Amino acid sequence: MQEWANQLCENRQFGSKMTDSKYFTTTKKGEIFELKAELNSDKKEKKKEAVKKVIASMTVGKDVSALFPDVVNCMQTDNLELKKLVYLYLMNYAKSQPDMAIMAVNTFVKDCEDPNPLIRALAVRTMGCIRVDKITEYLCEPLRKCLKDEDPYVRKTAAVCVAKLHDINAQLVEDQGFLDTLKDLISDSNPMVVANAVAALSEIAESHPNSNLMDLNPQTINKLLTALNECTEWGQIFILDCLANYTPRDDRESQSICERVTPRLSHANSAVVLSAVKVLMKFMEMLPKDLDYYGTLLKKLAPPLVTLLSAEPELQYVALRNINLIVQRRPEILKHEMKVFFVKYNDPIYVKLEKLDIMIRLASQANIAQVLAELKEYATEVDVDFVRKAVRAIGRCAIKVEQSAERCVSTLLDLIQTKVNYVVQEAIVVIKDIFRKYPNKYESVIATLCENLDSLDEPEARAAMIWIVGEYAERIDNADELLESFLEGFHDESTQVQLQLLTAIVKLFLKKPTETQELVQQVLSLATQDSDNPDLRDRGYIYWRLLSTDPVAAKEPPSAFVEGSRGVQHKRLPGSTESESPDTASAAAVSDAPPAVIPSQGDLLGDLLNLDLTPPTTTGPPPPASSGMQMGAMDLLGGGLDSLLGGDLGGSPAIGAGFGAPPAAMPASFSAPVSGGLDDLFDLGGGVGMPMGAYSAPKTVWLPALKAKGLEISGTFARRSGVIQMEMTLTNKAMSVMTDFAIQFNRNSFGLAPAGPLQVLTPLSPNQSIEVTLPLNTVGPVMKMEPLNNLQVAVKNNIDVFYFSCQYPISMLFVEDGKMERQVFLATWKDIPNDSEAQFQIKDCHLNAASNKLQGSNIFTIAKRTVDGQDMLYQSMKLTNGIWVLTEMRVQAGNPVYTVKKCVYIYIANMVDRI
Amino acid sequence: MIGGLFIYNHKGEVLISRVYRDDIGRNAVDAFRVNVIHARQQVRSPVTNIARTSFFHVKRSNIWLAAVTKQNVNAAMVFEFLYKMCDVMTAYFGKISEENIKNNFVLIYELLDEILDFGYPQNSETGALKTFITQQGIKGQTKEEQSQITSQVTGQIGWRREGIKYRRNELFLDVLESVNLLMSPQGQVLSAHVSGRVVMKSYLSGMPECKFGMNDKIVIDKQGKGGASDDAGKSDLGGGSGKQSIAIDDCTFHQCVRLSKFDSERSISFIPPDGEYELMRYRTTKDIILPFRVIPLVREVGRTKLEVKVVIKSNFKPSLLAQKIEVRIPTPLNTSGVQVICMKGKAKYKASENAIVWKIKRMAGMKESQISAEIELLPTNDKKKWARPPISMNFEVPFAPSGLKVRYLKVFESKLNYSDHDVIKWVRYIGRSGIYETRC
Repeated sequence: MQEWANQLCENRQFGSKMTDSKYFTTTKKGEIFELKAELNSDKKEKKKEAVKKVIASMTVGKDVSALFPDVVNCMQTDNLELKKLVYLYLMNYAKSQPDMAIMAVNTFVKDCEDPNPLIRALAVRTMGCIRVDKITEYLCEPLRKCLKDEDPYVRKTAAVCVAKLHDINAQLVEDQGFLDTLKDLISDSNPMVVANAVAALSEIAESHPNSNLMDLNPQTINKLLTALNECTEWGQIFILDCLANYTPRDDRESQSICERVTPRLSHANSAVVLSAVKVLMKFMEMLPKDLDYYGTLLKKLAPPLVTLLSAEPELQYVALRNINLIVQRRPEILKHEMKVFFVKYNDPIYVKLEKLDIMIRLASQANIAQVLAELKEYATEVDVDFVRKAVRAIGRCAIKVEQSAERCVSTLLDLIQTKVNYVVQEAIVVIKDIFRKYPNKYESVIATLCENLDSLDEPEARAAMIWIVGEYAERIDNADELLESFLEGFHDESTQVQLQLLTAIVKLFLKKPTETQELVQQVLSLATQDSDNPDLRDRGYIYWRLLSTDPVAAKEPPSAFVEGSRGVQHKRLPGSTESESPDTASAAAVSDAPPAVIPSQGDLLGDLLNLDLTPPTTTGPPPPASSGMQMGAMDLLGGGLDSLLGGDLGGSPAIGAGFGAPPAAMPASFSAPVSGGLDDLFDLGGGVGMPMGAYSAPKTVWLPALKAKGLEISGTFARRSGVIQMEMTLTNKAMSVMTDFAIQFNRNSFGLAPAGPLQVLTPLSPNQSIEVTLPLNTVGPVMKMEPLNNLQVAVKNNIDVFYFSCQYPISMLFVEDGKMERQVFLATWKDIPNDSEAQFQIKDCHLNAASNKLQGSNIFTIAKRTVDGQDMLYQSMKLTNGIWVLTEMRVQAGNPVYTVKKCVYIYIANMVDRI
Repeated sequence: MIGGLFIYNHKGEVLISRVYRDDIGRNAVDAFRVNVIHARQQVRSPVTNIARTSFFHVKRSNIWLAAVTKQNVNAAMVFEFLYKMCDVMTAYFGKISEENIKNNFVLIYELLDEILDFGYPQNSETGALKTFITQQGIKGQTKEEQSQITSQVTGQIGWRREGIKYRRNELFLDVLESVNLLMSPQGQVLSAHVSGRVVMKSYLSGMPECKFGMNDKIVIDKQGKGGASDDAGKSDLGGGSGKQSIAIDDCTFHQCVRLSKFDSERSISFIPPDGEYELMRYRTTKDIILPFRVIPLVREVGRTKLEVKVVIKSNFKPSLLAQKIEVRIPTPLNTSGVQVICMKGKAKYKASENAIVWKIKRMAGMKESQISAEIELLPTNDKKKWARPPISMNFEVPFAPSGLKVRYLKVFESKLNYSDHDVIKWVRYIGRSGIYETRC
């Protein structure tokens, strides 16, 4: 007999093991139909199996709502396991089948009267989860009974059910008076009932912020505190979280609550501990600081917080986030516990980052040496984010603890020596902050910083470096060269860098006015005329005006700038260290151009407003202030065009070095403008009816009327039958007649120069336009420009001389005899060194049209082959100065599923060859 | 409160999905899968916010458990609940694996229905749950039994049922400590602490009232002269030092312990759950016996060679034996070959783990042993320096590195006829390495 029973047990076990997971795998056709049959089976076991299958399907997201009536039919059973499964099904689908859900009501109501408290509770619990109005109506009566049930298990379930009902229909709960019953439950004899009632009330109170629902008074608080000692760990959390909302009447009450909550700090459940800490932190505020108890309490808080750090990592994370807040409020609690926040090698990254944050908050003169040693250790770890934050932390230490600044700087220098790119960049940003906080103290390190200039590729680091160069320009011999090197790609830089560069060069100019006129002129024109960024333009104009008012005034603003910025920094930086991510970038923006300085310049502000408000197409005469400014600028910059063109450019080795006669020295950067030109060409691929011949861009405004006393020049470049032409429209928007036009070019990369005089024979009367075509040749003086295709032009008329710069498409320099022999092409292609290769993509271009159009632009297709379904076109072109450009164009068929047209991506490797 | 609870396998397929609140829809199940389980990056936080919904997750082997909510919940509570959920499942069907979860999904739904109501955690003590969630139905119960169940689930002593009987009353106490160390290359202790646990297995009849005593400095000092040394001598199982009392930084207790009594009298009294459970956890930082000292010496010989020498010294009574000693010496990623010489034990270079693993089965106190290795490196143009992870160590010693000693555990059961003397008691001390690292 015994043996038989054992066997049965084993079978059962075995059976359930095999079958239960099987439910997840049935994916037969007609499954629903089969299930339906099984659910209606007479055999109990079969029914149960079928319901299990239904639940399994529901879990993985299959829709089994069609079985609703069949499943509900299984509800009336004395098998509790089956009943629970059916209830689970009901909770999921009742809402989608409200009419049929009614079928279940009777069973629910009957179950609520069941002699077994577990079944009564189950019925009430489930009913509360069914969000169907009709069910809810029937819920009220059973719920009322259950709230007063003799069994605590039923009462505690009913208490939560009130919250459920409130979520469905708040009005109903109030009308039925359930809230009062719930409040009565706070005085229940069973601690768990109390806890659940508290939880339910707290939740309901949250949706009625002004109601006095919880109505906490010393009596109820006392009841809660009594229940606190006896209920489950979860109940303790509900009660503690509720207590945290209470405001004690006086410090004595506050102290007595604290005394009764303190033992919770030794609970094994971290959530209980944290909730207790929350209550204590709040009620401590009420206690007088000189009270002995206050000190005792403060001491009691630290150990449990530290203990939380040996919990599971997820809890550590939560604890650390909380500690971070606690430390901000009361740093004294954990000030001696620095070591426990040291990062362990195997901590998860989220724990590491939080610990680091707290370390910085706790850093003080007493422990700074230890902290710095740790931070330096972290800066060699693997995770990039963490390393960056560690480096940043060193800077924050320096700013927070002045005595440690020197040590921080030397630590940062050590890190820079590692040459790890992101460490170096982060360190430079941080050093900039230190420089700003402690001016003129650590500039001995500048030389080391400058060594790393080339490796900086992040905007923030570049901006920081530029700031340092500008600020300490007088101590850096080649400051102008350094800044000029940044200026080359001015338009590709981020705004942050552009702004910083502008300011730095102006600072430099003020310190070394004689050598840097050209530089400042260049940056001002880049920032104002060639930029679309309003912030940059505004700042450019402000500087331009400040510089140009008169030399005496021009001397003033710099010191005002510099001093002003320091004044601001002192206030700002400590602030920025408080915030989570120090927003040094915006602080820089503010401190470099403090608004307070501008009013001191008097009427300048008026000018500024004038300037911004006047639309560029104004037909009236230019405001007098503006012309004054223009004149001033001229004076200041040393006498206009002549000096600009004839000035000693040899001063800076960067200029003119790369672009002389031997094209072998062609810098790699050359590929950028070329690719730009090609891009322009290909962009037209989609256009219709493109005539054969070279493409010329539509005219753009080169010189707005506002800047040239009413003369507006717009223009474009084109290559027409082998001749490069500059096509311009001159418009007179001033009131007076203009005559005596002349034009001159600055030296440029390809030696472009006017081939004849500007043909404006008749005087230009107000509101009149004239089209001028200026043929160009390429025999003028050569100087490398940045960007390469930049052209600086001076136009003179009877009123004044005006300057503007424009960029020409490289494609107009492609000459007609640019077709290379196949063999020569092959040979040269192989000889091209890797470093003069560049690759880029062009989108949405038609292959068939490409070759023809390119030929029209003097780009010749030499060969074509197909490799792996990719068409390769090989092309050559020749520039006016004899440089050959060879390209390989790879055309890959696009995804035909999406488009019928063959939209293609074209890869072009373009190379600059030496001849 | 918790709006829903999902369990996924490693592929992100849902094994269990239980929604408690109306604001959590089915799309939450997918959101978590897409944003966390299938995320390309490594998970950077245990809490993820997706479309104003918070996902709290923990991972057990390759199973993901996620609690979802739209409310501002008590985060610590959610995680504690998830851990508890794992404990309960383990107590019911063993290891948490995909197979076990699928095999027990009906049971899991029943449990989830019971321990979370509208997202509020309810009694989750396995002892209590096992009395009425059995997967066998509850047909046979009498009225008394039913009310006994409900009063136990909701009652003050939710962790123990009445009427337990053993022929032999017996209890086992394990003092399990893990000693954590972070040492600088120069041998300076950067941080060290012991986190200890007192685990109790009790097989006691009735509702016994227990009192636990240890050499807590505060208690000993309070008792004053005389008594302390006797007590300490009695239960001294041969620890590393003759310390008489230790300063405990902090301790936490199982919910059976009366916390207010501990707070006022510092006495630990409780009615224990039946079977195995963790009575208390504690943490000490003062006067820790560091069982081993690791002395590293790393020398870079040119760009392609490293010489490593590591000495370990045992620092406890010579009569005691440490076991399962393992020293893990990390090697750079570009290691091409390693030659190791060690005086004791076995050492091997494990390329897959980027480390030299040196194992010694046993080592007595006050001894020292040494390993030296030559590491050949492949030349790389990687500018980044090797991060030099710390040398870590594992071991097991038969004493408590904190110096903690159990002074007594008294059992009183007034209703049944057995006394404290009839109970057979066992005490064992095990010290293990936690994170025991020396930087090099």
